Amino acid sequence: MKFSEAWLREWVSPELTTESLAEQITMAGLEVDAIEKLGGLFSGVVVGEIVSADQHPDADKLRVCSVKGDGDELKQVVCGAPNARPGIKIPFATVGAQLPPGEDGKPFKIKKAKLRGVESFGMLCAQTELQLGDDDDGLWELPDEAPTGAPLESYLNLNDALIEVDLTPNRSDCLSVKGIAREVAVLNRLPFKGADIPAVKPVHEETFSVTLNAPEGCAHYVGRIIKNVDVSKPSPLWMQEKLRRSGIRSIDAVVDVTNYVLLELGQPMHAFDFSTLEGGIDVRLATAEEPLTLLDGQEVKLNEETLVIADAKKAVAMAGIMGGAETAVSDQTQDIFLESAFFNPLAIAGRARRYGLHTDSSHRFERGVDYRLQSFAIERATQLLLDIVGGEPGPLVEATSQEYLPKEGRVELRRERIESGLGFSLPDDEVLDILTRLGLELLDSSDVGWTFTIPSYRFDISIEEDLLEELARVYGYNNLPTTSLEVPLAIPESSERQIGLSPARRLLAARGYQEAICYSFVDPKILSLIEPDAVPVVLQNPISADMSVMRTTLWAGLLPALTRNINRQQSRVRLFETGLRFCSPDGSLEKLVQEPMIAGLIYGPRQPETWHGKSDNVDFYDLKADVEALLGLSKTNAQFVSGEHSALHPGQTAKIIIDGVEVGILGAIHPQLQKAMDIPNGVFLFELSQKVVTEAALPDFAPLSKQPEMRRDIAVVVDQSVSANELLQEVRDSAGQYLTQLKIFDVYVGKGIDKQRKSVALGLTFQHPSSTLKDEQVNGYVGAVVEHLHEKLNATLR
Amino acid sequence: MENLAALTDEALQLVVGANDLAALDHVRVEYLGKKGQITALLKNLGKLDPSERPAAGAEINRAKQQVQEKINERKQALEDSAIAEKLASETIDVTLPGRNAEIASAHPVTRTLERIESIFSSVGYTVEHGPEIEDNYHNFDALNIPAHHPARAMHDTFYLNSEHVLRTHTSPVQVRTMENQEPPIHIICPGRVYRCDSDMTHTPMFHQVEGLVVDKSVSFADLKGTIVQFLQSFFESDLNVRFRPSFFPFTEPSAEFDIEWASSKTGWLEVGGCGMVHPNVLRASGVDPEQYTGFAFGLGVERLAMLRYGVNDLRLFFENDMKFLDQF
Repeated sequence: MKFSEAWLREWVSPELTTESLAEQITMAGLEVDAIEKLGGLFSGVVVGEIVSADQHPDADKLRVCSVKGDGDELKQVVCGAPNARPGIKIPFATVGAQLPPGEDGKPFKIKKAKLRGVESFGMLCAQTELQLGDDDDGLWELPDEAPTGAPLESYLNLNDALIEVDLTPNRSDCLSVKGIAREVAVLNRLPFKGADIPAVKPVHEETFSVTLNAPEGCAHYVGRIIKNVDVSKPSPLWMQEKLRRSGIRSIDAVVDVTNYVLLELGQPMHAFDFSTLEGGIDVRLATAEEPLTLLDGQEVKLNEETLVIADAKKAVAMAGIMGGAETAVSDQTQDIFLESAFFNPLAIAGRARRYGLHTDSSHRFERGVDYRLQSFAIERATQLLLDIVGGEPGPLVEATSQEYLPKEGRVELRRERIESGLGFSLPDDEVLDILTRLGLELLDSSDVGWTFTIPSYRFDISIEEDLLEELARVYGYNNLPTTSLEVPLAIPESSERQIGLSPARRLLAARGYQEAICYSFVDPKILSLIEPDAVPVVLQNPISADMSVMRTTLWAGLLPALTRNINRQQSRVRLFETGLRFCSPDGSLEKLVQEPMIAGLIYGPRQPETWHGKSDNVDFYDLKADVEALLGLSKTNAQFVSGEHSALHPGQTAKIIIDGVEVGILGAIHPQLQKAMDIPNGVFLFELSQKVVTEAALPDFAPLSKQPEMRRDIAVVVDQSVSANELLQEVRDSAGQYLTQLKIFDVYVGKGIDKQRKSVALGLTFQHPSSTLKDEQVNGYVGAVVEHLHEKLNATLR
Repeated sequence: MENLAALTDEALQLVVGANDLAALDHVRVEYLGKKGQITALLKNLGKLDPSERPAAGAEINRAKQQVQEKINERKQALEDSAIAEKLASETIDVTLPGRNAEIASAHPVTRTLERIESIFSSVGYTVEHGPEIEDNYHNFDALNIPAHHPARAMHDTFYLNSEHVLRTHTSPVQVRTMENQEPPIHIICPGRVYRCDSDMTHTPMFHQVEGLVVDKSVSFADLKGTIVQFLQSFFESDLNVRFRPSFFPFTEPSAEFDIEWASSKTGWLEVGGCGMVHPNVLRASGVDPEQYTGFAFGLGVERLAMLRYGVNDLRLFFENDMKFLDQF
């Protein structure tokens, strides 16, 4: 809502500067977004009057004018505007005047000049040259009554500021100058009297029937026929200026008047060309697919939830949203039918949006228009129209559904709630003073509290808490006490097993991973490269196509983050992210699982560039070490088994299994994906369920043995297909209970070994808890292992 | 005996001339060893007159001692210079970087979230999380935002279908908590939220921390105190905080709060919204508003991070540029 300060001050004028006024209403909940000062754009411009306009001797398009207004003498001004003619009043920039800067940003100074040999003392201006409107069609013709010689700034009352308020949706009562004025009066304890609007006396008896066939949507409709208007007459400059300063363009007198009343009182109105209406007004719901061509030219097919104004034959307007084109006032219009109605917010809310519309009218009706305003508004509009376009008003036609008209609301306020809700007590007289100034009426009072009626324009007041807010707001939020919340210092439950994400984050950061935060919605193209079989959940209204589906893996954000960094000359990247992935087997929301994950990737050299020498690029085992370290946080026993994933290299992929359940995956990027994403070197990726790193086992102490350890190293030759996992498991299964450590310390493939085989060197450490193991005992254990490995895995000692 | 002095001089000369430990040892063996030349003089004592023996013996021992002392001195000097040489040869440029010194960091949003969480946890708030794809009920209806209400349109919601949205705030977590937990409730709900809006100052995803307290006799004054104390703690400064009336369907009274900030055009910067929980919201989640009251507040995490660390462009938070991330 943008309004002119000068207009507001016609209603109520506190002794405050513009800035203090803006601060005051901001602190009362009407947040001022911007203040635009109007004056000071130009200087030295007066109201001029063209006395004569003669053809320039040497230029077809120029005229030599004598202009009154600058001192007592006539001034000669050469002018190129086609409408320069004797008798009109125009803005006259005198010699020495300064006009608003043009595109070059420099102020434009008016000097004495010679145009094609004829002297010129000043300049006659168009609206655009003064930046006071969009009309650049020749000189700006001012009204005849404009006082010649008066400074234009004072004539136009440009000592004004435009105040833009970002109104919250509850404060529809402030969507008018009158509403803001009412609020300002309350805040400054100034008297506020509504506009004095006398009823217009009808000069003819012609009426038009109004039927309310959807009273739940429209319970009150007021109309009036005004005959023989002269629509060729423009609206007066003062009205055009007020509209312009509120951000509304002048169209014609009839539209301007309805807009003016909307801004002044907050009642959206509509005017029909009466000759286009047939039979009578019928306010009803649209029939399915009912056609209507709107004022903006849009042809819409209505649905059955849309309230319309119809005549006997057809829908003629979308109620409270926009009028129809066929019944609009045109330059041929003689008789008009004015409408002023109350539409229930519930009947309008969301409707405009459904048709892609948002109008000043729908904005107000959706939020609530004073249900007692309609007759005042139509009287006001009628009077303004009669003043401007003349015509003969008929009597008011009024249709009301008492059943559906909003009932006057009541609200109770308990004295005790002020103290318990706001944290302090307010004296009774102050409570009553604030609330009655706000327009509430005291109905009843008792020891406990009071009952008030709610004014018809306050759609946001219905319960006790609303009154607490009003009291706090007017009293001043910052004048209310500030206290510390007191809570009992009870010691809460505390889990040592839930370690949260912080340790994982610290660990990865210590291993050189930067934390990334990627959007949860990703590019479906990239997602389908990574997981071609996934059916992601799709956004109905994405910001853009490349942010239109929910990620089924965190890699869908991390891989593009990697390529972005590569494109910015990073040769070594380590990133991790934590967050939800959104998986559903068929893309439906019924089967959706939102699972917290932790994922990461590494790329480029193993070490940051350093003087120690060049390091190799990372490989699978670098990543695996990081993942093993992560799993170490939870002290759970995870297994890595060879696995598959569409994004990963089939020979370098491992699934992570805990207690038989797959909890994550890691591996090298699939060369095809790497190529498709144009990544120069290999990438290694992991993704784990978060609970693997956030839930930790409690340490479980095992007594330390004082007996010496015995170590035996063996090298066994097995088929290449035998995994380390299998081999170690078989060793553990056969080494007996005193095996305390088992390590692989070498893997060899090559000369001296069969091509399909590999040699694996194992270090076995044995220790007895309470006695010293003898050589023969240990040799026996190792022998059993060798025999077992031979049997199970066809292993031979090397 | 007559050549003792000559032998001694000779030995002392050789000691001084010895340039390493081996040469020095050689001198010792040659003169003082079992078969050394000075030692040999002792063996010849027997040939002397017994009356002369003690004096001659003492003289020889003095000479031996003299040579031995010189050898010791020389040995110490040689060892000292050997160590000095070794130290000199082992000297390195200590200004060269160490090996594998890299350390990365948490994202600035995470860092800020953790700070907020730790401040609130320190007085007993617990941290609650919830789903990011929400149903209309938890995101809107239970929060007193009916369908078609202009406040719902204000949210710039991402829709998945007619019943599900990307949560526009973390308030649904408050609802879920109230549904499952009896008051007193003291929680904060951090997390990602989504709004269909993208420009210089808006990203379609950002982070919020919302707080909720529901207990007997919680007042607006308590809310104000909580907000002021938090902001002063977070910014480690006695900054001024002001409250402006505002509107949220789920709170009444509602407020926005600003901090005093010199570089802002008006001198104030909005950092969040808050209010007393609307009785409809309490009721919808099974809390009796006659028995309990509560307050709720919401903070924009990116906003706080930008102010705290001087980040000048919101969009940097989600570009994941290593040069940006590296700074935190």
